[in-house]
Amino acid sequence: MSRRPYVRRISTTTWYLKKKRDLVHMIQELTSLFVGIYGILLLWGVKALSEGPEAYGAFLEALTGPLSLAFHWVAFPLVLYHAISWFNVTHKAMPIQRGEEFLPGKYIVGAHYVVWIGFSLVVLFVAGVF
Amino acid sequence: MSDLQLELEILRYDPEQDQEPRFQTYSVPCQEEWVVLDAINYVKDHIDSTLSYRWSCHMAVCGSCGMMIDGEPKLACKAFVRDYVNKTVRIEPLANFPIERDLVSVLDDFMNKLRRVKPYLIRKEEKPLSEGEYRQTPAELNKYKQYTLCINCLCCYAACPQYALIPEFIGPAALTMAHRYNQDSRDQGRAQREEETASHEGVWDCAFADACSLVCPKHVDPASALQQMKITSTVDWYLEHLGMGGKKS
Ligand code: FES
Repeated sequence: MSRRPYVRRISTTTWYLKKKRDLVHMIQELTSLFVGIYGILLLWGVKALSEGPEAYGAFLEALTGPLSLAFHWVAFPLVLYHAISWFNVTHKAMPIQRGEEFLPGKYIVGAHYVVWIGFSLVVLFVAGVF
Repeated sequence: MSDLQLELEILRYDPEQDQEPRFQTYSVPCQEEWVVLDAINYVKDHIDSTLSYRWSCHMAVCGSCGMMIDGEPKLACKAFVRDYVNKTVRIEPLANFPIERDLVSVLDDFMNKLRRVKPYLIRKEEKPLSEGEYRQTPAELNKYKQYTLCINCLCCYAACPQYALIPEFIGPAALTMAHRYNQDSRDQGRAQREEETASHEGVWDCAFADACSLVCPKHVDPASALQQMKITSTVDWYLEHLGMGGKKS
């Protein structure tokens, strides 16, 4: 009896197209690109701010252009999806044990949303929205 | 009395004859309450005795009947045939492992990785027997109990896209077993285990696809264990590099 194990090869470029679960995972992973782009955008804004009112004005002006608006229409929902899909699994990464039992995951997830909304309100307030 | 007919399309591979695997279809008269393992046993007993596969307990305890059923890693003894009527069901050995023969996978890779994470209690110093047993409260037990339920069926490895792409990845079940001991109040071996678990081949190869937890027949939730280990190993790394006492034990 000779052993001759057979190894099934998978495609390293198209493997995620075979199963819906993997495809959804890859989409979640890809949305992180837009989180990254938002980060760069923020740094760009901070840099413009440090260069004076004129540079910052130009930065704000650029944001209102059609290209920028088109980008935001695509990026914002994807970043939102990224944030929500992460928040919804936070209870797995940081379970809280109280006595013998674990706190139901919904409280941990909920706390993230509360903090998120809180921070967003502060940012909007500082930005003078209300 | 057979209630329903199941078409099984089973992967066959004979290392002495076949260059590559092929599929063979069997028509199996099943009873309503049968699981897929019963149908496979029927094939072995009544149609084709050359079929090779692993099983033992028939009650989701031994973990040996993990296989791909209709593309999903499942325990054949826990998958009911009534969920697969009116279609041809593909039965393959667990994905991401080499095929030894038919539905039998080569599991050496997992066995070696399991050994590497030291899945046993480690004490810096054993206390003498005369001092009695190591006692534990129910709360301390609950902290890791869920992770003890793993039966090493390896469905999680078959579902994990990261293991499929990076064979060096230690993977869900072995890392979860490391976490189980790290969480045990009697254990002092986390620093030793982190040599492996916090390495590149350890938890950092996990992309949190959550597939392992979705397919786990025992609801062990390996993905949660791995994410917790990422946090702990990050904290341990900072403590060590800031010279603040280093890792726990
Ligand atoms: S035969 Fe033991 S787990 Fe299925």
